[in-house]
Amino acid sequence: MIYKMTRRAALAGVASIAMIAAGATSALAEGWKPQKPIEMVIMAGQGGGADRLARLFQSIIQKEGLASMPILPVNKGGGSGAEALRYLKDNEGDAHKIMATLNSYFTTPLRTDIGVDIEEFTPIARMAVDTFVLWVNADSDIQTLDDYVAAVKAAGGSWKMGGTGTGQEDSLLTAMLEKEFGIEVTYVPFDGGGDVAKNLVGGHIDSTVNNPSEQMGFWKAGKSRPIAAFTTERIEAFPDVPTARELGHDIVYTMQRSFVAPKGMPAEAVAYYTEMFRQLSETEEWKKYTADEALDPDFLSGDALQAYFLEEREKHAAILADMEADSSS
Amino acid sequence: MLVADRVIAIAIMALSAYFMWHATALPIGWNGMTGGPGGGAFPFWLSLLMLLSAAGVLVRSLTQAPSSQHFFDSHMLRNVIMVVLSLFVTIALIPVVGAYVALPLFLFWYLRIYGGHGWVLTGILTFATPVFVFFFFEVTLKILLPKGVTEPLFFPLYAMFF
Amino acid sequence: MDTLALLADGFATSLSPLNIMIVLLGVTAGLFIGAMPGLGSVNGVAIVLPLTFIVPPSSAIILLCAIYYGAMYGGAISSILLGIPGASTAVATTFDGRPMAQQGKAGLALIAAAVASFVGGTISVLLFTLFAVPLADLALAFGPAEEFALVLLAFTTFVGLGGDDKLKTIIMICLGLVLSTVGLDLISGQPRLIFGDLPGFYAGISFLVLAIGVYGIGEILYTIETSRTAPQVTPAKISLRDLGDGIRTMNRMWRTMSLGSFLGFFVGMLPAAGATPAALMAYGIARSTSKNPKSFGKGNIEGVAAPETANNAASTGSLLPMLTLGIPGSPTTALLLGGMVMWGLMPGPMLFIEQPDFVWGLISSLYTANFAAVAINIALIPLFVWALRMPFTVLCALVIVLCIVGGFAPSQKMHDVWLIAGFGVAGYLLRKADYPLAPLVLALVLGPLMEKSFRQTLISEQGNILAFVERPLSGTFIAIAVLFFVLPLVKYLRKGGARSIAPAE
Repeated sequence: MIYKMTRRAALAGVASIAMIAAGATSALAEGWKPQKPIEMVIMAGQGGGADRLARLFQSIIQKEGLASMPILPVNKGGGSGAEALRYLKDNEGDAHKIMATLNSYFTTPLRTDIGVDIEEFTPIARMAVDTFVLWVNADSDIQTLDDYVAAVKAAGGSWKMGGTGTGQEDSLLTAMLEKEFGIEVTYVPFDGGGDVAKNLVGGHIDSTVNNPSEQMGFWKAGKSRPIAAFTTERIEAFPDVPTARELGHDIVYTMQRSFVAPKGMPAEAVAYYTEMFRQLSETEEWKKYTADEALDPDFLSGDALQAYFLEEREKHAAILADMEADSSS
Repeated sequence: MLVADRVIAIAIMALSAYFMWHATALPIGWNGMTGGPGGGAFPFWLSLLMLLSAAGVLVRSLTQAPSSQHFFDSHMLRNVIMVVLSLFVTIALIPVVGAYVALPLFLFWYLRIYGGHGWVLTGILTFATPVFVFFFFEVTLKILLPKGVTEPLFFPLYAMFF
Repeated sequence: MDTLALLADGFATSLSPLNIMIVLLGVTAGLFIGAMPGLGSVNGVAIVLPLTFIVPPSSAIILLCAIYYGAMYGGAISSILLGIPGASTAVATTFDGRPMAQQGKAGLALIAAAVASFVGGTISVLLFTLFAVPLADLALAFGPAEEFALVLLAFTTFVGLGGDDKLKTIIMICLGLVLSTVGLDLISGQPRLIFGDLPGFYAGISFLVLAIGVYGIGEILYTIETSRTAPQVTPAKISLRDLGDGIRTMNRMWRTMSLGSFLGFFVGMLPAAGATPAALMAYGIARSTSKNPKSFGKGNIEGVAAPETANNAASTGSLLPMLTLGIPGSPTTALLLGGMVMWGLMPGPMLFIEQPDFVWGLISSLYTANFAAVAINIALIPLFVWALRMPFTVLCALVIVLCIVGGFAPSQKMHDVWLIAGFGVAGYLLRKADYPLAPLVLALVLGPLMEKSFRQTLISEQGNILAFVERPLSGTFIAIAVLFFVLPLVKYLRKGGARSIAPAE
């Protein structure tokens, strides 16, 4: 950082002023502190699930005073997050940029060649793991996973499965379902999870694999019905919904909600942000939110997080390869 | 006027062809199995329609009698080109020297040199506009503008206002 | 009666001194944010979202709604004064608002916009109060096929805007539609038309970039060339008497305004449709049912009133699916939804039952926000009109700076600023060659929705194109759309098909 500053200052020819500025701030600081507002890049557009979560983090950080500078969310959702990934790559060494990720962090670089290797980025913290549940309209006769499979088979390929777009998390899960049960569905992409949920309740599609948070409102109002959860254990909010695994179908799929930073971020800055998110994960607001929305608040950071990322990337590469093989056969 | 009309029509035809070429990266046909048009179909066929319409404009202009009206007013055209150039230079400067140098430079050029306004008015606006922009966009709305090499100068300001 | 009692309780909340102050503050902030080209209600709401933790949730949502309302009012200001729509919802307002400003009637146009916004807002809040819960089911009945039919309808109410060259209009519509496909193909998830892998195009071309380019920069270049030394607008004046005149003029427009309000509310209520098609349809209908359709686009005050009532009514309408179903109809309502979730309120069918205090507090604050917005707006009109009396070179320099900064702000990419400059020059040349620009901008706004809903329908119906007419709701819309398309044609033929370029309606 200091190297960078002097280089920039020399370039500008305003070395003296910059030195004063740097001196003033570093004298105040114990350890590393951000010198300017922190940019929080969001890999999705405004208003989606990822965006809402990132803004929740921003609010809690601000309310609890966890950072000395404001956090500024910036949406770079273009190309399923390709835009955000490229942006992070282009800002190597920047200590004031962090990125909120979702699973497109793995899938986007795997599906299209955008010249980004996520292994180079600096892991900060995993805040939560989101779960997936199979939903049908409450008016349908389907009560169990077996009913569901029978109904899809009877429809002969015209069964409409809503989702948020080819290559998105739910489309991967849909592909896994098709493979496991030997069924075929028509996958209809929508703009976001909320749009999908509405089309399910309105009867325009037959089923979805929404996150619980996206269906919570309709479920409470008795308009949609969970059939099975794709988690290792039953979800606390839905104690009566069996997991696919306990029904003998080993399908587990989760969505991580994490933060990463550009390659080469100074170690002190990484420590600062990791500590900030660790504190955040212990706040009351966050605990209440994860309970309400059936999120699993499983905090992870450092090397363990990087190992998790690489393992997930392998998993996604395998799923994508399966999907390719299916569509070309 | 007719010449300009033809040049623009040809330019649009070229642009359409360029779009069509890019659109073919994705399937452009009708696929009954996946239900309906492929990803490239909309841009491809619409570009084709655009190309044909522009060709229509071109053909029509060939049959029209030339009019005496000029497309550009040669005197005012110089002004337009000057403004466009200054705009481009300003935008190019923003990532390098920062918005807070590039925008005042533009204002100074536009007001004092191009517009011929007095020093007082020029001075006030050149100074007041960036200050307003800083307080409205950065302090109030928390939208940071590019600073380029002037970034370190803003650290004390950030420390003061955030 | 039940509703009234609940509403009275709501007013008790929203009329507390703290909440009144919050409404005034929010509306004023929203007004200025909305008046900036490039910034709209989304920015306003996004920025104050984290601040709302310091006040109780009911006050926080009131603050957010006040900003939302203020920004909707403010959007008309830059449309009228500068001819640059600050948000897509205000495009239609430029068609007649801008010519009025050029004729020195900026004050009257601003009054018309404020009064129309107030009427639209009030009627829709009344509809909201009375029918919120039953109407939620109607929103659910809207699937992709219905969305497509609705967009088609919005388009046809607009065909052949003004007396423009047909071929050139087609070119501009196609260009707008093609530009709208830039970015990511939702259906296949593949990038398309990114022009040699420029990452800036991954996110597509935003409406704001095109509008600021052609209407902001393009307009300035055009004015520089054509105005020579003459000022670009007739100096506008405004006095108290003008205010009275304005309100009296508006009083003659109840038909247009109530039509705009109902249309706005119902179209705005549908998720995915929203305020932009509503405003366009209101404008189109006002023009085609007018006794003097040719005066539209040349500074007809009804052309300001119709879209302004509709877009404000729609902004209230779009709160309905957000509150009753938990489905946001626009990015702004999505952020409002996010805010509510943060405070532990779960929007959706249960909200009205579980949190009646909150819901009715919110509804009643819509009434107060509406009053505050119209009062503050009218009070500030002299200030806005005064801004127009600046010497042209000064105004011009400031508008260019505003276009650069305002173009950068939403996406924070220099890529977009370059695009604005490019579109500015292209728009200037096209305009000189008599290419109409409004269809270009409209096509870019409506294009993504149109393609997406078209393809979604075909996928779910296994490629059966008749699905659009078989479904009763979408079939009806398509029938009306066809009617709109055919009627002017019939009129045109009966006139004996004038050989020259006839003005289409």
